Amino acid sequence: MARKVVILAGTKKGAFILEGDALRRAWELRGPFCDAWPINHVIADAASGAIYAGGGNEWFGPAVWKSSDLGKSWSHSSEGLAYAEGQDPIKSVWCVTRGNGSLYAGVEPAGLFRSDDAGETWSHIEGLQKHPSRKDWMPGGGGLILHSVIPHPDDDKQLWVAVSTGGMFHTGDSGKTWEPRNKGVRNDYLPEDQRYAETGQCVHSVVMAPGMPDRLYQQNHCGMYRSDDGGRSWESIEKGLPSTFGFPSAAHPRDPETLYLIPLNGDVLGRYVPDGKAAVWRTRDAGRSWEALRKGLPQENVFFGVLRQAMATDPLEPHGLYFGTNTGALFASADEGESWRCIAEHMPVITSIETLVVDG
Amino acid sequence: MPNDTAAPTVTVVLPGALVSLFPGSVGEVELTASTVGHMLDALDSRWPGMRDRLRDSTPQIRRNINVFVEGRRAALETPLTPGGKVYVLTAMSGG
Repeated sequence: MARKVVILAGTKKGAFILEGDALRRAWELRGPFCDAWPINHVIADAASGAIYAGGGNEWFGPAVWKSSDLGKSWSHSSEGLAYAEGQDPIKSVWCVTRGNGSLYAGVEPAGLFRSDDAGETWSHIEGLQKHPSRKDWMPGGGGLILHSVIPHPDDDKQLWVAVSTGGMFHTGDSGKTWEPRNKGVRNDYLPEDQRYAETGQCVHSVVMAPGMPDRLYQQNHCGMYRSDDGGRSWESIEKGLPSTFGFPSAAHPRDPETLYLIPLNGDVLGRYVPDGKAAVWRTRDAGRSWEALRKGLPQENVFFGVLRQAMATDPLEPHGLYFGTNTGALFASADEGESWRCIAEHMPVITSIETLVVDG
Repeated sequence: MPNDTAAPTVTVVLPGALVSLFPGSVGEVELTASTVGHMLDALDSRWPGMRDRLRDSTPQIRRNINVFVEGRRAALETPLTPGGKVYVLTAMSGG
């Protein structure tokens, strides 16, 4: 039976689903789902086929939406998705991650929740709030958000999270205690002698290399980095890239040496693609060298950016690569970034892209 | 859960955007509750999850939700009176 790719898009006006044909050339767009709520992240649980969409509505607060039939019907829950009375209420869900047998939700203001019943109810992982640096975490442009959760593939007690701006943290005891993992990561917004602080870095996205749980790649507000020791130390890999700024990162599904980034021109220069020309940048040697992938991408008067969760791969061979822009365009490559096509335009601001493979 | 057996009966008018989130809910419902907070409890017992959509964990009525009792913006502790009509409205917001 042919395997088909389904693209899951979060947007400022709901979740969308695009179903591809077997060649990944023709795509059918459906949506908006989730009552057109602002949705920050849509994921799929490959095992069950369930789709989860995390977001928050100006009126009704945060929720994780769920569909078990590829978007035909949806339910929503925020039971337990709350801090203790008197604390700042949760505005929205920023990321949803499956792993360690659980479902995790990162929220704004920054915190981490876990569901052990497939999103029906949630419980707060309070240990992170007890980290001494918590009082110093500051909101970035998107708010004070916990936007990345990386479960260890082989050890269900280990988890990495990233907070903008608080930095990266790791737990080895299922969230009871947390340790900063930011050594070597620069913060250009502190006095010169404090630029390599223990915490406070503005992490934009983090991904794990396939088959190498100790290898993490990070796109930061201030540079691109690789760690080969589970985040204990980081090495800059920004040399050869057109800027030190960007949001998303995507790891190759099988090759731990290959990473994709979309550098933008800079944080105070408009945050669009450099020189008005769109490119995805690829390394095949873990960040030692970079090449721009432009074929099929617009190369004139391009002023879009790509947000932190808006790039993803699929697991096919060769793998697909997808990114959505803050101007509502969705680009797809079926050949590992060598060539690109625009497969949707005029969507709302795209906040996230993920994929699911289904038989059909 | 509310303990409002002797509480006044009121009519609650709900916004369409909220009703659409809860299959089976209706735009106008009669219930008994002594305060706005208890009214939210009563709504939640009929349609689980509805309280969280209208009240945050502070706890207070969500910033962009307005509850009007006898024509005035109410808080969770605002008392309800027999036969009254309570309007739950979404505030002007969005983007």
